[in-house]
Amino acid sequence: MTKPQQVDTAQLRARYPEVFERPAAARLAIPAMLVAALAVLIYGLVDLDFSPSRLFNGLSQLGWISLMMIPPDPGSSLPIYLKALGETLSIALLGTTLAAVFALPVSLLAARNVVPSMILRFPIRRFLDSIRGVDTLIWALVWINVVGLGPFAGVLAIAVSDFGAFGKLFSEAIEGADQKQVEGIRASGGSALHEIRFGLMPQVLPVIAGQVLYFIESNTRSATIIGIVGAGGIGLQLAEQIRVLEWQKVSFLILMILVAVAAIDFISSKLRFAIIGPRAVA
Amino acid sequence: MTIAVSILPEQQLAALNAAYGQAVARRRWRLLFGAAVFAAALLLAAIGAEVNLRTLFTHFGNFLSYFDRIFTLDNGQRVWTDFGEWLWGWRKWLKMLGETLLISYVGTLIGATFAFALNFLAAENTSPAPWLRFVVRRLLEFARTVPGIVFALIFVIAFGLGPMAGVLAIAIHSTGALGKLFSEIVENADMKPVEGIRSTGASWLACMRFAILPQVTAGYAGYALLRFEINVREASVMGFVGAGGIGQELVVAIRKFYYSDVSAILLTIIVTVFVIDITTGWLRGRLFGKEART
Repeated sequence: MTKPQQVDTAQLRARYPEVFERPAAARLAIPAMLVAALAVLIYGLVDLDFSPSRLFNGLSQLGWISLMMIPPDPGSSLPIYLKALGETLSIALLGTTLAAVFALPVSLLAARNVVPSMILRFPIRRFLDSIRGVDTLIWALVWINVVGLGPFAGVLAIAVSDFGAFGKLFSEAIEGADQKQVEGIRASGGSALHEIRFGLMPQVLPVIAGQVLYFIESNTRSATIIGIVGAGGIGLQLAEQIRVLEWQKVSFLILMILVAVAAIDFISSKLRFAIIGPRAVA
Repeated sequence: MTIAVSILPEQQLAALNAAYGQAVARRRWRLLFGAAVFAAALLLAAIGAEVNLRTLFTHFGNFLSYFDRIFTLDNGQRVWTDFGEWLWGWRKWLKMLGETLLISYVGTLIGATFAFALNFLAAENTSPAPWLRFVVRRLLEFARTVPGIVFALIFVIAFGLGPMAGVLAIAIHSTGALGKLFSEIVENADMKPVEGIRSTGASWLACMRFAILPQVTAGYAGYALLRFEINVREASVMGFVGAGGIGQELVVAIRKFYYSDVSAILLTIIVTVFVIDITTGWLRGRLFGKEART
């Protein structure tokens, strides 16, 4: 066995000073950031009334609640729950579709390669940003004021908040499209509408379809919660059962949501495969 | 000037046209069939969701006038004519906004810590045992699929009203979401350094620390920042169920029809979300170059 070669550290140090002696700023940056993050965390824990005794009491309460959730049992209200679940899925599907239909034309106006003028594009972008800045639950509360309690308010809430998200995503997809096809249409004498229909749409529609499917999936989750403020669906039942402490029903409802979301995930990933091919799904 | 375009002989052209027609027809039928199925699903959904277009049309005026009303002060003036009156509660609201930001910060950090501890167990290439991976993955899936606000509802009962429930709800949800994203980063990591370190006789922990961690920290930080952005929005509605933050003020204002307060609080939320988005976007750009921005 050969002896390991002796390393001449002093010589290495002389040859590569930047490796051995980094400037203090570079060495201290990460520890300083960690300390700052930790300081804010501790301040937050104190300010938000975290105390070990509260945490401990809460955890033991939570333990009792979890024990009382077993076994999940819908009692006699299974038909009501199934109907509520159907309502939730309907809200997700309708809301997403409505949002996509309205967002497509607006996203064209917000895309740089369709509308080169900054003056028109900028306000539209900010408008979409403000819509996205407001949570779906807030929109649900607003729509309840307008069309009354019930799932219809939920549909409109999801439609509005997704409108903002789709507007941004679609316009990004359009900006990412290949400009050569549009130029080809223009060269053969097509109008601006022709350019969009035959130059842009064939490129962006598969991307858009994928995004819409993904949103239907994620909106199934959003639709379960807007019921909490009274906008229909399974969230309404869930919030009620939590408030009256019927834990077995609560756990059954949560299980139902999990199964429904898993089913929708499965279906929509199959559909995405079919529409845009396996490459783009991942 | 005319340009001669060579045209194929008649029979050859007819054959090609027929083949083209057939190919297109099949695709058109499939498209039509898909559209019909989709339309049927929509119709079914419309019935399920009790869509009533008449209500929408009769009340759509309400929607527009709602925005008219929230931008009107009690004295009938537009809100921007008198900022002092419009933003009268700014001290209280800023304090609640600060609480909202703290909730999302603490929640994100706790969630990221748990996700960090769990993700190596959930990743395909680093998990010590298949059964452990299965259990951890199902756990993360559960934490991710149950909406944060449902956790908040339950925690409010267990831990009492207040921001603590909100923090824990956000922490659990973030653990699920980040755990999945983190483990995907680990799955994309290069395994050669792991082999190198294992060949020196290092333990599993040492392999993770010295072979995987240096490759993935940047990605972790990027996703955690993104999650913080999302959590600020989420924390702004935690108050709806009594779990702290600005949502409490907002829901009171909406329910009690304090119109100008609604617009003032919404404005502060939107501005905060903008500022956070821009700051974290800039931070991500600074930390990891341009490609990590989106």
